[in-house]
Parts: sequence; structure tokens; C-alpha cells
Amino acid sequence: MQEIEAIIERYGAQRRHVISILQDIQARFHYLPKDALMEVAARVRIPLIDLYSIATFYNCFSLLPRGEHVIKVCLGTACHLKGGTRLVEALERELGVREGELTPDGRFSFETVRCVGACALAPLVLIDERYYPKMTQRKLTQVLARLRRARQAAEAVP
Amino acid sequence: MTKLYINGIEVEIEQGASLLEAAQQLGIEIPTLCFHPGLSAYGACRLCVVELGDGRLVSACTYPAQEGLRVRTHSPRVRRARRMLIELLLSICPSSKRLQDLAAEHQVERVRFAVRDERCILCGLCVRMCAEQMMAHAIGFVNRGYRRRITTPFDLRSDACRRCGGCLYICPVCEVRCQGVGAPSAVCGSCTPPAPTCPPVYEDLACYMGATGECGTCVRGPRTPDSHSPTVAGRREKV
Repeated sequence: MQEIEAIIERYGAQRRHVISILQDIQARFHYLPKDALMEVAARVRIPLIDLYSIATFYNCFSLLPRGEHVIKVCLGTACHLKGGTRLVEALERELGVREGELTPDGRFSFETVRCVGACALAPLVLIDERYYPKMTQRKLTQVLARLRRARQAAEAVP
Repeated sequence: MTKLYINGIEVEIEQGASLLEAAQQLGIEIPTLCFHPGLSAYGACRLCVVELGDGRLVSACTYPAQEGLRVRTHSPRVRRARRMLIELLLSICPSSKRLQDLAAEHQVERVRFAVRDERCILCGLCVRMCAEQMMAHAIGFVNRGYRRRITTPFDLRSDACRRCGGCLYICPVCEVRCQGVGAPSAVCGSCTPPAPTCPPVYEDLACYMGATGECGTCVRGPRTPDSHSPTVAGRREKV
């Protein structure tokens, strides 16, 4: 809760800043916890329903926990033709969860999105908002392995 | 004061007033659904559509009156647009009496869209009622696009809700239309004969409040739950 307070402090408890505040909460927790929304509503003094409306309106907000790494597979027309659905299947095999779900360790979640506006690079996968162009199942496995290793290394250091 | 012309008639109205208010001042009736004088104008239902001099169709409840503006409230184009709107509204809310009445008023005789009974036209009246008159802010719109709906935060009973019932009071579509017989079809048509066919018992039964056809006086055929064949006396026969 202190973190929420700090985030609100950063912008000021004003109505016009709530989207920035929610974005920061989303970045910190990877989703918008219910308690956090209630805290923001109380501090900024706006009705909870207004926050809930905003949180459900924008796709960048999630009310369900998302993974530390959010993988987005583009299934726009071009990516679809170039085999985006096969990437979804590969991810389902690789992570053992279905689309929209979170891996049990909370590390990864993946979702499908419509066109991300880079069709020349199809099929596209976005991992933590970074574009991975012309993705293949093999490259995907490598990237996932690298992300897992990075975490292990980070844990080993301290 | 702003001077404008509605259907060729000159009207003067104070600065900042809407076209709807200007028309009302002249006594010109523009149908509305999501408008309520005690609430802010919202322009959701588009039923108050009017045509401007340059051919644009705008909603009269939200468009501010401007000097020298020429407005037509019942041109063929406007009426066509209104009929289409009613048809669309009916297709998502066939059980609303308000909408059925509007359909009858505007000679909407068929609905060409797939009928799905959603019981909400997202006009936002209840949301504005809750926020502006009841000061509760308990309900609001969530999601967007075809998933948009009205609910409380997290779909739970809201602490802000005092159960005043203002939302139900103002809702134009949750009032139940006359039951007629058979399942609701898109366009009612059951009340084509305004005079009841059952004068001897009509006063006692007051069947406009409950299930019409209960006494059987106005019913010709057997009551079938999903029959689309009209069975009420006087109702137009379907071909």
C-alpha cells in the first residue's frame, strides 16, 4: 500500500493524473489489484466506478494478474497468414498454459493481439513491448530460454 | 441571444442552449430517449437527430444553437435516419414498451436485424441519474465496444449504492412491455386496435399491468411460448 501511496505522490492526487497513476501501478504489479484501485479512489477522491471504467476500457490495463514477462502474439491479417497461430500453439506447448493465462510461477503470460502496425515484419511477437520480427518457433524457444537464464543469473548474483 | 431557423421558423434562444431546447421553445416535437431535462445531455441514442443547413445530421440534444443556423427536424432524411435507429434499438431490446411505442409512432413495421434481447441500449440514463441526481456514483460503463455494459465496480454490490432505485425509475427499456401472447417478436403490433376487445372485464383486470390475455377474452388461438404467429385479435397477420 505504501507503494501505491508513493505512486500517487509522484503525480499528485488529482483526477487528471489517474491514467498515469494506473499505468505505474500496472507496471509495478503487472496488473491492477482491487485494493490498489480502492486506495487510488479514496486518495484521489474519485468514484471507484470511474476507475473501474478506465481500467476495463483500456487494453493496457489488466485486472487479472499478468506475468513478469508479457508475451503478445500478433494475429493481425499479415501475421495470421505468416503463421501467427502456430506461434500460439508453440507457446502453449512451451509454457504449458493457454492463451490469456499465467504460468504457475508467475513468470510468463501470453495473449494474442490484433495488428501491431508492423506487417512487413510478420509474424510478430512482442515480449515486454519489445518487437521480435519474423518470429519462428525456434527463435521463440531461444528467447524464452534467454529470459529464463537472465532471471536465474539475477537470482544467483546477490 | 442567438437567432436561428428551425424548419424555416425564426427562433431566438439564449446563448449555449441546445437545438433541442430551441425546437421545444417553438413547440416542435423531437423524439428523445437518452435525454432527460434533469440530467446532462449525452447524445447516445441519436434519436433526436436533426439535419443542419449543410446536410450534416447531428444530435439536437448536444448541438449548441448557433447564430443563423438552419435546422430541419423532420426532413425525409431525418425521418429515415430515425426509423433506422429505432429498428436498431428494437433489435437489441424488443421487450421495451418505450421502444415499441416509438416504433408505432414512427411507422417502423419490421426489424431487419437479428434480434437479441439484451435489455440495455447503453443510453447511460441510469449512470447519469446515479451520479448527477443521486450523487452516488455507484454504477458506470465498463469495457468497450461490443462488450460495453453497465455495472458496479467488480460486479459486486457497491458500497456507494443506496438502493434508491433511481436507475430503475429512469431506465427506458427495463419497463416491461405488454405481455401479449407468445414470445416477444421484434415489432409488437399487438396493440394495433387501441380499444380493448374485452370491455366488460377490462377495468377490473387492468391487464396492461400484468399478463395480457390471461382472461382469454382477447385471445383467439392457444398460447404458445415461442410462437411468432400472432394470436391477439386485430393483430396484423404475418405472411
